[in-house]
Amino acid sequence: MSSLMEFKEVDVHYGPIQALKKVSLSVNEGEIVTLIGANGAGKSTLLMSIFGQPRISSGEIIYRGEDISKKSSHYVASHGLAQSPEGRRIFPGMSVEENLLMGTIPIGMDHAEEDMRKMFDLFPRLEERRNQRASTMSGGEQQMLAIARALMSRPKLLLLDEPSLGLAPIIVKQIFEILKDVASTGMTIFLVEQNANHALKLADRGYVMVNGEIRMSGTGDELLVNPEVREAYLGGH
Amino acid sequence: MDIILQQLVNGLSLGSVYGLIAIGYTMVYGIIGMINFAHGDVYMVSAYVTAIAIALLSFFGIESFPVVILGTLIFTIFVTGVYGWVIERVAYRPLRGSSRLSILISAIGMSLILQNYVQISQGAKQQGVPTLLSGAIRFDVGDGFVQLTYMKLFILCASFIGMGVLTYIIQKTKLGRMCRATQQDPKMASILGIDTDKIISTVFVIGATMAALAGVLVTLDYGGFDFYVGFIIGIKAFTAAVLGGIGSLPGAMLGGIILGLSEALFAGLISSDYKDVFSFSLLVIILIFRPSGLLGKPEVEKV
Repeated sequence: MSSLMEFKEVDVHYGPIQALKKVSLSVNEGEIVTLIGANGAGKSTLLMSIFGQPRISSGEIIYRGEDISKKSSHYVASHGLAQSPEGRRIFPGMSVEENLLMGTIPIGMDHAEEDMRKMFDLFPRLEERRNQRASTMSGGEQQMLAIARALMSRPKLLLLDEPSLGLAPIIVKQIFEILKDVASTGMTIFLVEQNANHALKLADRGYVMVNGEIRMSGTGDELLVNPEVREAYLGGH
Repeated sequence: MDIILQQLVNGLSLGSVYGLIAIGYTMVYGIIGMINFAHGDVYMVSAYVTAIAIALLSFFGIESFPVVILGTLIFTIFVTGVYGWVIERVAYRPLRGSSRLSILISAIGMSLILQNYVQISQGAKQQGVPTLLSGAIRFDVGDGFVQLTYMKLFILCASFIGMGVLTYIIQKTKLGRMCRATQQDPKMASILGIDTDKIISTVFVIGATMAALAGVLVTLDYGGFDFYVGFIIGIKAFTAAVLGGIGSLPGAMLGGIILGLSEALFAGLISSDYKDVFSFSLLVIILIFRPSGLLGKPEVEKV
């Protein structure tokens, strides 16, 4: 399998604080890879560093054979990487439809109608609310919108930052069901999660991050039964 | 009665001009959180460009009013738009990410540069353009009459068309969505593939073109201008933007019209010497009861 995106010994500093320490990982075409870790481990920093926010201080981020670590955010976004970011960051003053259209910026409006239809099939709740202001929706609906917005750019690699954050267990389950559907279309997904149980069950492979370092890696099933992982992230059952 | 109606007509045309200029303040504030103190001077530049355009057209022997007005509008809007783009590029972009105070000082510096540059290159004396459109419609009201000059009518139509087109662009087009997205969350906008620097430049150009439209209209109506005209009208338009809620596009238009109307009514009915005092007092009173302006949203700290 060819690697679609690869981190090679990536360091990130916030002033004197080192947020990522020699992080190396790879995501292959068609794979679902997850990165689990506790709050503040550096997971979101890693995802945002793909877009140069923050810039990495050393190492390389290779995407389809090209080092993108010095490119602008919009360059990265225009080349097939889409993110549903931490905290969802939907545009509160825009309608659901307008939020979805924001996802089409890298590819233009040619497929907008068709893709919006697909998103409404995937997330029926969004269709009910298509003309509603995004700020008036529930957290779960906003999360769905953030994922759908990312999908609207027909990404080669979908980056998801904690889609389960702050949501009720039943909604989390729904969202992971939908992610499974998305994955079955052959989409490559890199999923950052604290909810290790759901994430590892969905993923082909996983990495465990502790204090800015990759501590462990393996297939989803291996990590699920790993005693250390169970102790730290799965409540020790 | 006729005085009230007359002042309503005058106030509406004055207010729509304030509204056009206020758009530049409010959009720039909305997108990068700074007051562009050079904006009034962009308006002033457009007055000079108007005179140049009219002179050029008459030099080539073009006299017919529709052609002259259209040519002047296109030329002035284009040239002033270039000024808007250059100002952002030179004075603000290098300071992106630095403290608000340094950007503010840069804005004031830009304003002084523009005034002095125009004063040196065009002279300090007041200049003028010939009257292109004269005549008026009269309505008899009671014993008196209300007069609507063709020029005032033209100002009203042109500025409402300008505002309408802009509102359509911002609300309905892709460019408008990109502007709103950059305003609401610049970081997310860039992750979605928007070149936010380009959008910020575009907003400066839009602001400058609206100021240019106002500049052409006012210059054709009043005839005279000098290198300092941008100051007081800039302050008024800024007041209108704050009155309507800075950052809000409909707020700027509404604020402009309220300010123009109240100023004209006060001048006509009470005292024209104190009309500025009245309009600024109005601002103070509205801000006491609505600190974020009429249509503004209270500022929420982003986490």
